Amino acid sequence: MWVELGQYALVLAFVVAIVQGTLPWWGVVRGDARVQAMSRTAAFTQLGLLVLSFVLLTLAFLQNDFSVDYIARQSNTLLPWWYKISAVWGGHEGSLLLWALVLALWTAAVARFSQALPLDMTARVLAILGLVSTAIISFILFTSNPFNRLFPDFPIEGNDLNPLLQDPGLIFHPPMLYMGYVGFAVPFAFAMAGLMTGRLDSAWARWSRPWALAAWSFLTVGIALGSWWAYYELGWGGWWFWDPVENASFMPWLAGTALLHSLAVSEKRGVFKAWTVLLAIIAFSLSLLGTFLVRSGVLTSVHAFAADPTRGLYILGILVVVVGGSLSLFAWRGAALQRESNHGPFSREMFLLLNNLFLLTATVIVLLGTLFPLIADALELGKFSVGPPYFNLLFVPLTLLLLVFLGVGPSTNWKKQSADVILLPLRKVLLAAIVIAIGLPLIFFGDWPWHVGVTVGLCAWVLGSQLVDIARKTQHASTRRQGLKKLARSYWGMQLAHLGLLVMVLGIAFTTTYSVEKDVRLAPGESITVNDYTFRFEGVADHQGPNYVAQRGTLIVSHNGFVETLHPEKRIYRVQQNPMTEAAISGNAFRDLYVALGEPLDAGAWAVRIYHKPMIRWIWFGALMMALGALLSMLDKRYRLKAAGGR
Amino acid sequence: MKPSLRKSFIFGLPLVLFLALAVLLASRNGEDPSYLPSARLQQPVPAFSLSSLEDPERMLDPSIFQGQVSLLNVWATWCVSCLVEHPVLLNMAADGVRIIGVNYKDDRQAAQAYLRERGNPFAETVFDERGDLGLDLGVYGAPETYLIDAQGRIRYRAVGVLDAKAWLQELKPRYDAVRAESAGAK
Amino acid sequence: MKYLGIVLGFFLSFTAQAAIDVREFRSPVDEARYRALIDELRCPKCQNTNLAGSDAGLADDLKDRVYEQIQAGRSDGEIRDYLVVRYGDFISYKPPMKASTLLLWWGPALLLVSVGFLLWRRSLRKPVRVNPLNADEQAHLQRLLTGSAQPPIDSEPRA
Repeated sequence: MWVELGQYALVLAFVVAIVQGTLPWWGVVRGDARVQAMSRTAAFTQLGLLVLSFVLLTLAFLQNDFSVDYIARQSNTLLPWWYKISAVWGGHEGSLLLWALVLALWTAAVARFSQALPLDMTARVLAILGLVSTAIISFILFTSNPFNRLFPDFPIEGNDLNPLLQDPGLIFHPPMLYMGYVGFAVPFAFAMAGLMTGRLDSAWARWSRPWALAAWSFLTVGIALGSWWAYYELGWGGWWFWDPVENASFMPWLAGTALLHSLAVSEKRGVFKAWTVLLAIIAFSLSLLGTFLVRSGVLTSVHAFAADPTRGLYILGILVVVVGGSLSLFAWRGAALQRESNHGPFSREMFLLLNNLFLLTATVIVLLGTLFPLIADALELGKFSVGPPYFNLLFVPLTLLLLVFLGVGPSTNWKKQSADVILLPLRKVLLAAIVIAIGLPLIFFGDWPWHVGVTVGLCAWVLGSQLVDIARKTQHASTRRQGLKKLARSYWGMQLAHLGLLVMVLGIAFTTTYSVEKDVRLAPGESITVNDYTFRFEGVADHQGPNYVAQRGTLIVSHNGFVETLHPEKRIYRVQQNPMTEAAISGNAFRDLYVALGEPLDAGAWAVRIYHKPMIRWIWFGALMMALGALLSMLDKRYRLKAAGGR
Repeated sequence: MKPSLRKSFIFGLPLVLFLALAVLLASRNGEDPSYLPSARLQQPVPAFSLSSLEDPERMLDPSIFQGQVSLLNVWATWCVSCLVEHPVLLNMAADGVRIIGVNYKDDRQAAQAYLRERGNPFAETVFDERGDLGLDLGVYGAPETYLIDAQGRIRYRAVGVLDAKAWLQELKPRYDAVRAESAGAK
Repeated sequence: MKYLGIVLGFFLSFTAQAAIDVREFRSPVDEARYRALIDELRCPKCQNTNLAGSDAGLADDLKDRVYEQIQAGRSDGEIRDYLVVRYGDFISYKPPMKASTLLLWWGPALLLVSVGFLLWRRSLRKPVRVNPLNADEQAHLQRLLTGSAQPPIDSEPRA
């Protein structure tokens, strides 16, 4: 009975979404404030209904109701309860319900925190979000309903959740990810509302930016979580594979980063409005495109949901309507927004434009690489694979180029600047950077791979210029501490985020250059030494888990007085009967030691894989810093809520 | 170009690009992205010298494809779908289609028993124990069925279960076309 | 139905678990070459995995071939060609440089350079015009200056 209730709640939410998507327009046209305000009521109601629907589906999971098709496919009585909950979004139908729920959450948040906006603007934004909700919920109801029953014959036991998904990663990664790229619907809605009213001034940018920052922050965490999860779960030490599904989340991130920076310009200088609007459309469009790529089956991916061309067509239809519609509006109204922006060649505007150019190029690289097999297929040019060799080859130089400019850009002034004023103080930084570039690898690692040297040098360059900028901004205060306190939160947010980027880039450079991997045969009692770490294999014992049996290995790692025991496992999950490798990881801030069991060989010996990965945690820590930086920026005083009309 | 015309062009460009993308995606929707056509299309069947499944003393090589249009079917007893398509192969053989089997990475006794029990649609069966011929052909998942013309060249590869529909819609038209070629050439 | 057949026919390697194989090499250079090659080469029947990350039967066979050929002294190029002849360009994650892949390899660079150039030219063309203040605005400015407030910190830094 709960299940039917959940379905009814969903249908009601659909109706409310339709109301939310259509009624406010009438209110706007008629100038009727009460009707416009109903958009808020609709938003809250929709949230309530979707929460109800979601909770009821979760309850059905917890009650092992295998008469529901989706639950029978995804769950099992032996599954621990926390995985039963996360199994709700482990498959296509349930994850879409999560999508709709997250959208409703963002919509309600906009309804709640929009006091600073004029009511008619709020009404339009909520209406657009309502239309998107309508599209998604209709998709669920007509093609992907998680509440479908299996009557009259239903199983007494479920299929079990894919063992790869029986992991804390599933609990956090999809929700964070969805909060991120579904969240870009909000700046999108703001952009649409702005296009329609023609009111795209600094105030508009100031309203939109916190939402973009929030969505971007979540997306950063979501992607980082996914990378971290793949690293420890998949057993081959990789943390990014440029898989189509990974790219599907990375493209909105890249466009979103460009959007953040472009909004900064629009906010401060009121220019680049058309471009900012276009970026907001692009970011959300890429989110929708990602949804299509992952669920339609046009691309092969180990992460993809089960392919279904009918669903693919439906999402494509949504894409055409939403993206085609918004781009049509842009084509029609975009030109009217243009204002001549006069800025010198060495101004902050210019550097932010360059930032956008680099990020746009990055987005194009990922998009082109991901779609090229499709293009080649369609044009009958042959069958190609595009993978890490392509992406890394193009992405790395672009990132390094970006770092060069990152060392200068944030220190420039708006509108105009003479190059000397900025570059002169940076000469010393440049010198220091070169010294560090040459010295650091030599001192710590004894050799000098040029890409590590260059990366280290560029990071030192950016860091140095950040410090110089802070010094400059605090030099006129009564004390340095006073000066630091006066700096705005958004300034610190920027510095933190940029620093996070440096940390991440360093982590990537070091781990890709200095990682060591060894596949060896070890008999109980035998040891192997990798980079001064000695691994002694103590054999394998049987072990019982809640819904699996395992062979559990024991390895003792020692290094300079440090000792730790690692237990890699080979598990067989009872229901689906596939073997799964669970790696054992010993990690600290500067290195990971990673051990995985292979196959048993002769005489009690096993094939064992051992990794030493220096600085790999910096990758995810850097990402975390970036997300925190965005959060800090969002909390800047100028975004504080005031009554509508105030500044 | 007049400034306003150029502006319309620039502002309309994203829409145009998106529509091109939508057309691309629509065209690929429903297609299987993992299907690989043979990399050896129009090339002769790669050289091999392997024993016949039934008679270990008898060696087979690509000359068995000369002179008439044939199908080359890659199968194994451990492949579940091969079981599914077996009756279809028997029907095709009964209709006069010449099918050469390649027993891929299998056990000789088990394969012989399999054919005894379920019927043998193959004019000849090549015993590819190590999978060398399979690798040379570019086999990536049994069952696969290749169309070989009268000169011994690979003309098409069908991947997956060859059920009646796949035969009639995908393979047979090409089979007939290739046969017409060699008939016309005579 | 055919699609279902494809799914049934293949040995599903959706777990994409790393295959840990112990091999003896004549030198660390050979080992490094082997690792690089099995990272670059694709498993033709897996769901987008390289040979290194797959334990499918075919992937194992292909890894064996790569190993054998390295031991036999073949170069990386020869090994790649060997596999491309049999499986097509699909087998390598690095697309070849051909006429058909020109857009893929050079498109982004072209975009970067051309747009960058356009931006640069545009910024140079227009001199920065600072409109002079009229009398009212001058007066307003005077009032502000002789007033008080320090300018906000996070904008124009003083050089």
